[in-house]
Amino acid sequence: MRRDLLSLVLCLPLYATAQQTLVVCSEASPEGFDIVQYTAATTADASSETLFERLVQFAPGSTRIIPALAERWEISADGLQYTFHLRRGVQFHQTPWFKPSRALNADDVLWSFQRQQDKQHAWHELAPRGFPYFEAMGFSSLIERIDKLDEYSVRFTLKHPEAPFLADLAMGFTSIYSAEYAAQLLAAGTPDQLNSQPVGTGPFVFERYSKDAQVRFRAHPDYWAGRPALDKLLLAITPDPNVRVQQLKAGACQVALYPRPIDVPALRQSSGVQVQELDSLLVAYVALNTRHPPLDDVRVRQAINLAFDRQAYLRAQYGEGNASLAVAPYPATLLGYNDQLQPWPHDPERARRLLAEAGHADGFKLAIWTRPGGGPTNPNPGIGAQMLQADLAAIGIQAEIRVFEWGELIKRAKNGEHDLVFMGWAGDNGDPDNFLTPNLSCAAAESGENQAGWCNPAFDALIVEARRISAPAPRAELYRQALAIFHEQVPWIALAHPKQFTALSADVAGFVQSPLGSNNFAHVRRVK
Amino acid sequence: MLSFIARRLGLLIPTFFGVTLLTFALIRLIPGDPVEVMMGERRVDPEMHAEAMHRLGLDKPLPAQYLDYISQLAQGDLGRSLRTREGVWDEFLTLFPATLELSLAALLFAGTLGLIAGVIAALKRGSLFDHGVMGISLAGYSMPIFWWGLLLIMFFSVYLGWTPVSGRIDLLYDITPVTGFMLIDTLLSDEEGAFVDALQHLILPAIVLGTIPLAVIARMTRSAMLEVLREDYVRTARAKGLSPARVVFVHGLRNALIPVLTVFGLQVGALLAGAVLTETIFSWPGIGKWLIEAIGARDYPVVQNGILLIACLVILVNFVVDILYGLVNPRIRHQK
Repeated sequence: MRRDLLSLVLCLPLYATAQQTLVVCSEASPEGFDIVQYTAATTADASSETLFERLVQFAPGSTRIIPALAERWEISADGLQYTFHLRRGVQFHQTPWFKPSRALNADDVLWSFQRQQDKQHAWHELAPRGFPYFEAMGFSSLIERIDKLDEYSVRFTLKHPEAPFLADLAMGFTSIYSAEYAAQLLAAGTPDQLNSQPVGTGPFVFERYSKDAQVRFRAHPDYWAGRPALDKLLLAITPDPNVRVQQLKAGACQVALYPRPIDVPALRQSSGVQVQELDSLLVAYVALNTRHPPLDDVRVRQAINLAFDRQAYLRAQYGEGNASLAVAPYPATLLGYNDQLQPWPHDPERARRLLAEAGHADGFKLAIWTRPGGGPTNPNPGIGAQMLQADLAAIGIQAEIRVFEWGELIKRAKNGEHDLVFMGWAGDNGDPDNFLTPNLSCAAAESGENQAGWCNPAFDALIVEARRISAPAPRAELYRQALAIFHEQVPWIALAHPKQFTALSADVAGFVQSPLGSNNFAHVRRVK
Repeated sequence: MLSFIARRLGLLIPTFFGVTLLTFALIRLIPGDPVEVMMGERRVDPEMHAEAMHRLGLDKPLPAQYLDYISQLAQGDLGRSLRTREGVWDEFLTLFPATLELSLAALLFAGTLGLIAGVIAALKRGSLFDHGVMGISLAGYSMPIFWWGLLLIMFFSVYLGWTPVSGRIDLLYDITPVTGFMLIDTLLSDEEGAFVDALQHLILPAIVLGTIPLAVIARMTRSAMLEVLREDYVRTARAKGLSPARVVFVHGLRNALIPVLTVFGLQVGALLAGAVLTETIFSWPGIGKWLIEAIGARDYPVVQNGILLIACLVILVNFVVDILYGLVNPRIRHQK
């Protein structure tokens, strides 16, 4: 009897370690789990990357589109009709609060889109925060209608051709929900549970969220792509980057998301820790307000670009080797990158000559806007602004630094009150258009989101045309031409493409960083 | 005594309104509006922005917003978080036990250690121990919490591996929240070893949070003790030949505790302020961390009512301390 007890006690921990558990130290609490209402990457990690899936998906670690819930699709010759054929037998999660009676079908797809699209839809008003991404990506004016062809095929009809459409469909806000679950919630009068007790088709099943502490998931046993190797996935909410790293070293978690770049060299030296790095889809830049003279003069903008020592900026801001110099508005990994373009050199002498040519030999005054704190794109905006200020002083431009809190900064910059402003952009579907149209188009200049206020008809015509073509080769050619115009007209000082880091314990295998800034653990396993 | 209580109660009402006005004004003084912050680096078009502001009732003039807020409060409605759409009261209730647990542990640590150190320092006035206590408490009082916390983590958790780095419990334990107090919930669960694990998680944050109150209590106890030991009744007690322990603990400490009690009351405010930082360092899911995030997100209802709830708590504790003080020291309650 005693021996039995003893062996039982001894076996328990053995059984526990045989279970594969991954603890991830994540940086913030998810805002909720009804992903279509939210925009934060943290929320996406805890919902659209884990619980939900879409018609198509990004191949792990890249921006290539591969099948997901749709097995295959056809695009009509005029680029207006997209027909998707759904995978059969895709199972929704079995949870204590929902027992699905059927596999995924076309009704689920219709529900997921019409909820956001159709103002008359029973669920449209039930999302208190609206559908920010759906709106921001222009879907309500892009989609003409969505038809169910049969149980397993759906056709989208667009109002105009839109090359990035397929990539957009891989983004979190197009996640497919269970229409059956929604009907159950509506009947029970508890629609809020869609956000707090989510049900999807993804690799993991939601178990519990303890506010600000942890999110618990377990493997989805009937996952169509095969049961994940991890039995349990836990997100430990750990906002301080320092503490995340300490937790990793102490073995309390196996993944520390977003270590600070300056901590990376030390992390690489630690035993039992591996660090992954990846060129992200981030760009840091300074927008030059081309509506404020003398910044409307291209020679002045070029002079400012020549004046700024961006290599020094990169070292101070990100640390050696943690970011690459930006030449264009988007990184070299995307379609249509123009590798003929050479970065503007640091040449104060030539800058002074250009200023003199433009009639500003005695220089002039302007203001550099920035924000306190910092993020992945601009880790230390204060120092960045001071370096720019010093370099501008060297060519006779007297710059004053003004610091605004983030919300205030974007509001005022939108009104065009600034001269120079430090900004950043994170691409979220890997399409070049996702960088150019929101930040540099004439329409964005109109709405104020283009902080350079820059509207160049030739550039604009190129990107509008590129948006309408699906074939990659001619699209790429248009982008190459557009980037050449950008480079010569310099509405920005393009600063950097920061690298993105993840620290993992040595026994974690199968994790691939996504250039889109989301984290997916479906293929992760622990090796002993 | 009754009129004393009534006088104190009367003070509560204007204080309460003062706090509502202050928090309402302060959070709106910080530039940046909630909708912009909500959208993060994605920017909002003006139409959507206006619509969202309208939906949240933030497009009204400030006095109207304040009146809305007060009338909501009058109906006992603390509103909903702009970010999560959860009720502020519900969120408070979920998170407050974590803060309370941490604060009680910190207070227990600061109280016992502070009293002991203070009493010994007073008895051995001028000794090396006394100077040591005074020096260390001064250092403790001026310790930047953030730095102190990270230092302890690096030494005890990472270097020595004695204590966990952060959180309330090892996540491998699956503890269902019942009371919200981890120490109790681990006992209620059938997970073996969870209680000890939770206790280990509590040690460092309690020390960090308790450091400043510890310093204050030690210094206060010492000086109160010194004063009391000079009093005639202590000398009389000594002269009567009572045992030194009886003189110190019954005649001395009991009377010295009166001013220390007030300090305890005041430390509750300091504790909650310290909890904001401590919880952030140790990823402790309490109201401190909650408020910091709410301020960052301009989550007006959470900031306003969260601070209001905390203020009420501090006011309440101080009120109770005042009453206790009046009970143990009759001279106080007859003063104006």
